[in-house]
Amino acid sequence: MVSCERAKVICNKKQYREARFLEKAQLMLHLLFCKACFKFSQKNDRLTQMIQRADLHVLSDVEKERMKQHLQNPGDT
Amino acid sequence: MAKIELHPDTWVDRYADSLFNYAVARVGDEDLARDLVQETFIAGLKSAPNFKGNAAERTWLVAILKRKVIDHYRKANTEKGKAEVRMSFKASTEQEGDWLEARAADPESIRENDRIENEELGMAIQQCITRLPETQARVFTLKTIKQWSTEDICNELEITPSNLWVMVHRARTSLMECLNENWFKSN
Repeated sequence: MVSCERAKVICNKKQYREARFLEKAQLMLHLLFCKACFKFSQKNDRLTQMIQRADLHVLSDVEKERMKQHLQNPGDT
Repeated sequence: MAKIELHPDTWVDRYADSLFNYAVARVGDEDLARDLVQETFIAGLKSAPNFKGNAAERTWLVAILKRKVIDHYRKANTEKGKAEVRMSFKASTEQEGDWLEARAADPESIRENDRIENEELGMAIQQCITRLPETQARVFTLKTIKQWSTEDICNELEITPSNLWVMVHRARTSLMECLNENWFKSN
């Protein structure tokens, strides 16, 4: 059986659809026996759902840098 | 209550993403949303001397942004012809025979509340992300929000994949705790 450390890594990969079939099987088996990882896995899945629901947007570094400059010299546009 | 002071030099790093999310959700256009956030910061800077210090900095900026969004819609509406509401009552074939009422929004619908709750959730998540250590926030944002591949992030930041997963793990664990504190307990 895989270790808790390994199970957590697989669980995180799964959130990004990057866990392979064998890995997912290893994780499932681990979760059957390990309550701590089972809880972690549930919370992790829930976080992914929340992030999807929130439909997040971010500004790029370039855009933020431009904003900062603009804030320092509000005069020139 | 202690007076709150403004720190405009930290605004972009601390609030830009959170405000941007709020604006995108309301105007539905990233370029426009970015401009509104920019205007919000400028307006905040200009009216900083009037800041009474009895609201949190973020709340105050959100209030300004809210005005900017309203102003935007007001401006868009005064353009000739856009003020009238046009409605087509002509039924398309599949809706023929339906009651007109059936096509109006249901005021009891929970969907509208959902949308607002999701915006608030978005802001809560963004606030939690800004509390993460810088590299973690960076890796997490690239991976989760910008949805870059593991390989691209590793190349860009010159880290190994196992390094990346460690940071993703730490970021996610902190986020779970942060949201537990700031989202589940206050809702």
